[in-house]
Amino acid sequence: MSATEISSVRVPRGGLGHEMRAVMTVWLRELIRFRRDPARMIASLAQPFLFLFVLGAGLGSLIETGSETASFTTFLFPGVLAMSVLFTAAFAGISMVWDREFGFLREMLVAPVSTTAILTGKCLGGATVATVQSMAILIFAGFAGVPYDPLMIVEIMGLLFLMSFMITALGLVLASRVKQVQSAMPLVQLIITPLMFLSGALFPLSRLPDWLYWVTHLNPMTYAVAPLREVVFERLAITPEVQALLNPPLLWGGFAVPVWLQALIVAGCCAGLLALAVLLFARSE
Amino acid sequence: MPASSGTAYVAGFNVATERDAVRRHIGLVFQEPTLDGYLSAEQNLKFHGELYGVDRAGAAERRKQVLDMVGLYERRHDLVQTFSGGMRRRLEIARGLLHSPRVLFLDEPTIGLDPQTRASIWDYIAQLHETEDITVFVTTHYMDEAEHCDRIAIMNEGQIVALDTPEALKAAVGKDRVQLSTDDDQAAMAALKSEFGLEAQMRDGQVTISVPEGAGFVPQLFERLGVPIRSVSVHRPSLDDVFLAHAGTTLRDAERGKGRPVHAGFPPIRRR
Repeated sequence: MSATEISSVRVPRGGLGHEMRAVMTVWLRELIRFRRDPARMIASLAQPFLFLFVLGAGLGSLIETGSETASFTTFLFPGVLAMSVLFTAAFAGISMVWDREFGFLREMLVAPVSTTAILTGKCLGGATVATVQSMAILIFAGFAGVPYDPLMIVEIMGLLFLMSFMITALGLVLASRVKQVQSAMPLVQLIITPLMFLSGALFPLSRLPDWLYWVTHLNPMTYAVAPLREVVFERLAITPEVQALLNPPLLWGGFAVPVWLQALIVAGCCAGLLALAVLLFARSE
Repeated sequence: MPASSGTAYVAGFNVATERDAVRRHIGLVFQEPTLDGYLSAEQNLKFHGELYGVDRAGAAERRKQVLDMVGLYERRHDLVQTFSGGMRRRLEIARGLLHSPRVLFLDEPTIGLDPQTRASIWDYIAQLHETEDITVFVTTHYMDEAEHCDRIAIMNEGQIVALDTPEALKAAVGKDRVQLSTDDDQAAMAALKSEFGLEAQMRDGQVTISVPEGAGFVPQLFERLGVPIRSVSVHRPSLDDVFLAHAGTTLRDAERGKGRPVHAGFPPIRRR
C-alpha cells in the first residue's frame, strides 16, 4: 500500500444532468448483471417456447382457422412474446428485494439523487433486458407463420419495451412491500400469472362471458398485448373472416379502441406505477 | 426517522429540511455491507461515482487512487463476491472516500481488518485531515483508534456522557499509575504509607499506587523508599480508563448485561 496523493474536496452539483447520470448508471448495472447470467436467460425462455410450440400445436388441432398461413400458433405468437417479457420484467422489478437484502439498496438511496431517478433507471434496465431477451423468440417467427418484416420487428420491440417498463414498475411496487426474499418469487407468480391469463395473450377476447369481459378489459396487460397482435396481423395476407377470428378488435361496448389509445393506456400505467413505487419507497426506506 | 426534539446540521445544512444538500456533502461507510457482489470492484466504484456526480475527467485517476490506498487496484476487475470480508470492507471505505466528501461518516470502519490495513486506513484519514477541509466522524470500539481523534464523545445508554480532546479526557480521570517490584513488597507498601501517605495495592503481582504526576514521583521514590527497587513503570491513564470511569462497566459486561443493555459507542470527531 503506497502513500496516496490527496485530491481536493469536490462537491457535486445537483440538477437534471446529475439525475440523468444516475438513471443511466442504474440502467447500466442491470445490463451488466444480465450479461453475467446467461443461465437466467435460457431458463426464462423455456416456458414461452413450450407455450408457443406445444400449446400452439396441441390446441391448434381443435381450432380450425380456415387459413393456410395463419394458425392458432400465429395467434399465440404475440401473446408468447408478451409472456416472455412479463416474467423477465417482473423479476427485474422484484430484484429490488435482493438489493435490499444485500445492502445495495441503501447505497443507492443515500446517494444525492432522487428516488425517482433510481427507480426510473431500474425500470429502463428491466425493460431493456426483457426486450432484448424476447428477441430470441422473434427468431422463430417463421415457424409461427409470422413474416420477418424489419419495421414490424422495430414496432414489436417498441411495444415490448413499453410493456416491460410497466411490469418492472409493478415489480418495484411489490418490492417496496415485500421484505423477505423467500416471499418475492411466489408473489410474482401470484400476480403475474393472472395478469397473463386475463390479457388475451392465450385466447381471443371476442366471445367471452360478461364477467370475463370486464376482468380482461380492466387488465392493463390487455392493452399491451392487443397492439402487438395488431402489428403482426396487419402484415398477414388473410381473409377478413380469419382476421375477425384470430385478431378481433378490442371493444369498449361498441367502441373499437384504437391502437394509439391502447399504447397511451399502457404509458399511463407506466407513469402511475412508477410514481406509486417512488412514493412507497420514499415512505418505507 | 423523525426527530424527537431539536435540530441537527451537517456541513451547515439542516438534516430535516435540506436532505439532498446534506447528502451531497457527506460520505457514508456503513457497518453492514452495501456492495453489489455481481459487479467488479471497479464497477462498484464507477456506479458510486456516477450516483455522486464525480467529475468524469478525473474519475479514473481518483478510482485508482482510492483502490491503491486499500491495496485492491490489482483486483479491480474481479467480482466483489470473490472477495474476503476484509477486502470488501476495504473496498467500502475506498468507495466512501471516492467523491471526496466534506464530512465522512465511518461506522466502525476498521472492524475485522488486519493491523496493516487498519494502519493504512488511518494514515489516509490523517492525510485527508491534513490537506483537505474535511471532518471525519468515526464510531469505534477500538480505544487506540479513538486516540487518533481530535475530539471524543463517549456514549452510554444513548447519551453522550463525555465530550472532549483525548488529553483532556485522560487528565480528567486524573492520576497516573505507578507500578514497582521490589525485594520486599510488604515492606515497600508499609514504607509508601509511612513516607508518602499513599495507600498501595497489589495488582498484577506488583505494588501499585496512584499519583497525580508519575514521572516526577519516581526520583522521590528511589530516594525515600528505603527498600531495594527492581523495576518501576509509570502508566498514563488510557482511554480505556476514561471509558470505564464514564460508563462504569466494561464493554464485555455491557454486552452480557441483564435487563437494559448498556450501549457504548465512541464517536470521536476530527476537525480542523
